[in-house]
Amino acid sequence: MPSLNEYLMVSGLLFAIGLAGVLFRRNIIVIFMCLEIMLSAANLSLVAFSRFSGQGGLPDYDAQVLVFFVITVAAAEVAVGLAIIVALFRARRTVHVEDLTSMRG
Amino acid sequence: MLFYIFSGVMLLFAGLVVVNRNPVSSALSLVVSFLGLAALFVTLNAYFIGVIQVLVYTGAVMVLFLFIIMLLDIKAERRRDINYLALGGGAVVLLALVVQLATAVGSLGAGPEKLSPLPDDPAAHQDVRQVGLAIFTDYNFHLQLLGVLLLIATVGVVVLSRRQADDVAGGR
Repeated sequence: MPSLNEYLMVSGLLFAIGLAGVLFRRNIIVIFMCLEIMLSAANLSLVAFSRFSGQGGLPDYDAQVLVFFVITVAAAEVAVGLAIIVALFRARRTVHVEDLTSMRG
Repeated sequence: MLFYIFSGVMLLFAGLVVVNRNPVSSALSLVVSFLGLAALFVTLNAYFIGVIQVLVYTGAVMVLFLFIIMLLDIKAERRRDINYLALGGGAVVLLALVVQLATAVGSLGAGPEKLSPLPDDPAAHQDVRQVGLAIFTDYNFHLQLLGVLLLIATVGVVVLSRRQADDVAGGR
């Protein structure tokens, strides 16, 4: 049986992979996907803590409610974010973040 | 054993999301990665969250991503000059994060605790029932706030995707 440490480490590695994508990729859609990876990594550690820290061997269901809320908010965020990306593409004809320099001083 | 298989699959395909140059391959890798994550939720006896993960993420969200990629007709990224300063800075940030996480997780008191099987009484851990009870009693107000948030998001998406009036007037 895996321990809490292993779940948290896997969650941390998943978060690090998502962060790597945000830092290294230049395609705004792929950056957005990596943002979703980071949100999911936080969900994994929440569920792991819920399972390990409940009373009497039962999971702590409040944490799972929080994960449910996070997933719902993430779905809303994806819809709004993709609408913004579509609007951006209409205005600039690009999804490459290095081509978007209008806020450079 | 299942834990190692699923976490391996999840991390491998999450890495492929970052490495792939074609956004469609990235999106499909992300689907597999999220399926591995749903399986990890199931190994933690969070069946409801696992099902929600499959339905919302691999079902709805990834279809939305693929649809937008198709709509914008994005080709594979062409290779550009690499900004080595940004690459090095990113690598340093990433390494610092992983080291910090490893130290924090390693010093956790409850860390080495193994996953124990749930109690025998099946009625005590029906997670759909328990999560549902919590949502509709303790967190009822938050649930309604969430409903308002989804409504605002829907309206916002419609407003954002609508063409501007002067665009239409200009014959575009």
